[in-house]
Amino acid sequence: MKSAVIVFPASNCDRDAQTALAKITGRDPLMVWHEETELPQVDFVVIPGGFSYGDYLRSGAIAARSPIVQDIVKKAKNGLPVAGFCNGFQILTESGLLPGALMRNKGLKFVCRPQKLKIANSDSMFTKAYGDETDVTYPIAHFDGNYYADDATISQLEKSGRVLFRYVDNPNGSMKDIAGICNEAGNVLGMMPHPERAVDPLHGGTDGIKLFKSVLESFR
Amino acid sequence: MKAVIHIGLKQGVLDPQGRTIARSLAHLGFEDVVAARQGKTIELDLKYKDKSIAETKVKEMCEQLLANTVIENYEIEIVE
Repeated sequence: MKSAVIVFPASNCDRDAQTALAKITGRDPLMVWHEETELPQVDFVVIPGGFSYGDYLRSGAIAARSPIVQDIVKKAKNGLPVAGFCNGFQILTESGLLPGALMRNKGLKFVCRPQKLKIANSDSMFTKAYGDETDVTYPIAHFDGNYYADDATISQLEKSGRVLFRYVDNPNGSMKDIAGICNEAGNVLGMMPHPERAVDPLHGGTDGIKLFKSVLESFR
Repeated sequence: MKAVIHIGLKQGVLDPQGRTIARSLAHLGFEDVVAARQGKTIELDLKYKDKSIAETKVKEMCEQLLANTVIENYEIEIVE
């Protein structure tokens, strides 16, 4: 499986994503600079965490309008698998690929800690390798992770099984404890927690490995 | 010509920052403050000569970038 990681000014989890993808897919991902206008031919794209463009205007707002994201939007609509973690999730909602918005944490504090999650749906290309396992811990580190969408959108997400991850002990005020969702077609994932920072025992846990394995398995 | 754009959270969207501001004002003795909402103002210097064209264009800018209409409202003021 060929993968790519998008690099924006002030991305800071791009190398974590690179290491995770190299370790799990066995191939180094391409690192793609945000000013590129066309994504190289790859099977999977990660939009990493960080503070793209200094979080100016709104978290993820400027990155979502960058040339490379325009191309990602086009290709994701044709089925290209894309995952956005943390700032990547904010960029995906700002780009319109995922519904809703990520607002300031309810407690008005930056939250940085290992976070227990429940896998709400393991029948997706991002979660299938977890099987019956529902309890995972990934790190979180964000200020704007408070997921909001209007009632109609929330009920649509719930009904169609598009909530893939939920917080245990909600850290940021997200509606319905939502930590991660996918688009209608199931090929775009956005989540605030960081599976790419839970792939090595030295990270404190390896619960994130199976997320990347799930994607890898869909190309076998 | 200038445009002044006021962007704020929609009614019904919880504004934790506004709530904290209101509480802090109450602590300072301003007990008549019922609620606070926090937003932002963006000022643009524009080359347009025609006010209605400016209005239309600034609205497009709001929809495409300046506001996130999932959670925010905006008001445009054109100043000549």
